[in-house]
Amino acid sequence: MDLKTLLQAGGDRRSLLKGMGVAAIGLSFGGGLAGCSQEAGKKLANGEDGTLNLYNWDDYMGETTLADFKGAAGVDVKMDLFDNNDTLFAKFRAGNPGYDLIVPTNDFVERMVSADMLQKIDKAQIPNLKNIAPEFIDVDYDKGRQYSVPYTWLVLGIGYRKSKLASPPDSWKLLFDSDQYKGRIAVLSEAGDMFRLYAKYLGKSVNDITPADVKIIEALMIKQKPHIAKFHSDDGQDLLAKGEVDLVLEYNGDIAQLMAEDDDIAFAIPKEGSQLNSDNFCIPKGAKHPKNAHAFINFVLDAQHGKKVTETILYPTPNAAVKALMPDSYKNNPATYPPADQLAKCEYAKFNPDLQPLFEEAFTRVGAA
Amino acid sequence: MAEQDWKQQKRPFAAVSTLPLLWTLLFFLLPMGFVWFYSFGRNAGLTEIDIVGTLDNYKRATEWLYLGIFLKSLAVAALVTLICLIVGFPVAMAITFVSEKWRPWLLLGIMLPFWTNLLIRTYALMIVLGQQGYANQGLEALWSGASWLKTLIGLQPLSTWEPAPLLYNNFAVVLGLVYVHLPFMVLPLYSALDRLDKSLIEASLDLGAGHFRTLMKIIVPLAAPGIIAGVMITLIPALGAYLTPDLMGGTDSQMIANVIERQFKRANDWPFGAALSFLLIYAMFILIAMQGLRKKPGGDAR
Repeated sequence: MDLKTLLQAGGDRRSLLKGMGVAAIGLSFGGGLAGCSQEAGKKLANGEDGTLNLYNWDDYMGETTLADFKGAAGVDVKMDLFDNNDTLFAKFRAGNPGYDLIVPTNDFVERMVSADMLQKIDKAQIPNLKNIAPEFIDVDYDKGRQYSVPYTWLVLGIGYRKSKLASPPDSWKLLFDSDQYKGRIAVLSEAGDMFRLYAKYLGKSVNDITPADVKIIEALMIKQKPHIAKFHSDDGQDLLAKGEVDLVLEYNGDIAQLMAEDDDIAFAIPKEGSQLNSDNFCIPKGAKHPKNAHAFINFVLDAQHGKKVTETILYPTPNAAVKALMPDSYKNNPATYPPADQLAKCEYAKFNPDLQPLFEEAFTRVGAA
Repeated sequence: MAEQDWKQQKRPFAAVSTLPLLWTLLFFLLPMGFVWFYSFGRNAGLTEIDIVGTLDNYKRATEWLYLGIFLKSLAVAALVTLICLIVGFPVAMAITFVSEKWRPWLLLGIMLPFWTNLLIRTYALMIVLGQQGYANQGLEALWSGASWLKTLIGLQPLSTWEPAPLLYNNFAVVLGLVYVHLPFMVLPLYSALDRLDKSLIEASLDLGAGHFRTLMKIIVPLAAPGIIAGVMITLIPALGAYLTPDLMGGTDSQMIANVIERQFKRANDWPFGAALSFLLIYAMFILIAMQGLRKKPGGDAR
C-alpha cells in the first residue's frame, strides 16, 4: 500500500486525531475567515466575490473537490474544521462567526432551525438535488428539506476484532449489560447517544424516553461502568486499531475505513436496532456568500464530483447517482451499507431540549459513581 | 525603596503600564465579567440567557454530586503536587549542585518539554502506555526473560503474559499530570535553591549534622518560598486539568474541568457552567490567599 492510499484510507470525519493524532481540536488551518477582504473587488457573475467560508468536519471532503470547484466556479473555498456538533453550535451562539456553509448532523439541524440560525435553501439553485434518493428528501428532521441538503448518513453499531470474540456480537447486551468482555469495551462519551441506544436495548424507541427511563438507564450504566475501559470521544476506531479494546461503539463509516486496512475488524448492528444519523449542508443566517454556498452544494451533489468525495471519505451516501458510480467493493460492504432488515430497526433521533439536560446530569453522575 | 519609585515617576510608569492594563481589562476582566454575570442567569431558549440574579446555578453547583467531583479533583491535584515535589526536589538539588558546565544542559532538559505542545506530549505518553505500547513491550520482555530463567533452573515457566492496564485509568491521569507539571515544580525550586548560601550547608555539616538533618533543618526551610511557589504553580493548573483526564483517563477519571466543558458544549447550559467555573476560581483564590496569609507573620520573605 503506498502512502497515498494510506492517507486516503485514513480519512475520517469524526475522529479528533489522525495517525498520532495531532489534527488540532476544531481549529482552522489557514485562518479562513480573513478571506473576504483579500478577494474583494473581483466579483463573480452572481454578484458575490470569489470566496466561500466552509465549516466542515475533519477529513470530510474530497481530495481535489475544493480545487475542482475553484476551477469550475472561480470560488476559493476556505475550509475550517470542527470535531463535534457542540463546538459548531457553541460557535454560532453569539451569531454567525463568518461562515457561509456548515455541515451539522440531523438533530443539530433541528436545533439550529429552532434557534433561528439557518436560512432556507433555494432549491432552484440546486438542480442536482434530483440525484438524492427520495427517502433522504422527505425526512422528519427537516420536512420537505427546507433548511438542509443531505451529505452523508451513518449508523451506530459495534465495531469489533473478530479474532478476540467468541462469536459476532448480536446484541447491545455485550456492551451495556454484561461482563463477558470486561475491560475490552469502549463506548461513546456522548450522553444523548448513550441514553438513546440503551433505550433501544430496553426495547424502546430512541425518541420515546421518559425521565423514569433515564433513572433506569443510569442505574444500568453505573452497573456496567466497571467493565468499560473508556468513554471515547468518537475515536473508537483508533482504540480498536491499536488493540486497546476489542469491542467499540462507533459509526459504521469509521469502522468501514478501519476494515479497509485491517481484515480482523468487522461491524455489526445489534438485533435491537440502532440510531441513524445524517450530516447535512446548511446555510447559516448572516452568510455573506449564499449564492456561492448554493453553487458549492450543487457541485458536490453532482454525480462525478460527489463520487470523488465518497471515494475519499468512504461514508454511506444519500446520493443515488454517486452510489451508482461507485465500485462493488464499496456498495456491497456490509459495514457501509448494512442489510435492509437491520436498517429498518434503526431510527433518527429527534432533537429533545427537555431531555438533554437530564441526560447530561445523569451521565455526570455515572462518571462520578 | 521599590514602592516609592512609581509614585515619584508617575508619567513613565503610566506610559509602560497603561497598555498592559487596558489589555488585561479588555481581554481578561471584561469577558470574565460576562461569564460572572452568566452565572446568575437562566437559560431562556437555546441561545438566550436571562440575567435574573438567581442563585440556582450555585445551589446546583454545590450539590453533593458536583462537590464530590470538586473534592476528587482537589485530591488528584494534591497527589500530583506531592509527587512532583518529591520527584522535583532532588532534581532541583542536582541542578543546583552540578558543575557550571552541566547546569545549562540540565535546565534545558527541564525546559525542553515546554517547547512541545501539551497535546503532543500527552499523545506521546499514551503511545508509551498503551496495551501494545513500549512500556508493556518492555515488561513483556522482562516477563518472558524471567520465565526463561525459571525453566533454566528447572522450574515451571511463568503464566502467559497479560498486558498491564497502564492507560485509561486514574493511575494514567496522575502519571500524565505529573509528567506535564514537573517542570513547573522544578524551576521555582531551582531558583530558590540556587540563591541559598552554600556556606550554611557546610557549617551544618561541620557542626555535626548528618546529611538528612542538614536537608530537613537547613535546606528545606531556606527553600520554603520556592517550595510554596512550586506547590501553588503546580496545584492550581492540576486542579483545572482538562486534557489529561479526558485523553488518558478511564471511566472513573472525570475531573471538574471536564464537567465544566460539558456544560458549555454538550449540555448547552452556560449559566451553570459559569457557576461551576467561578466556584473553581474561588477555590484557587482561597489557595492563593492561604499562601499570602502564611507569609505575613515572618515579614519580608527576603
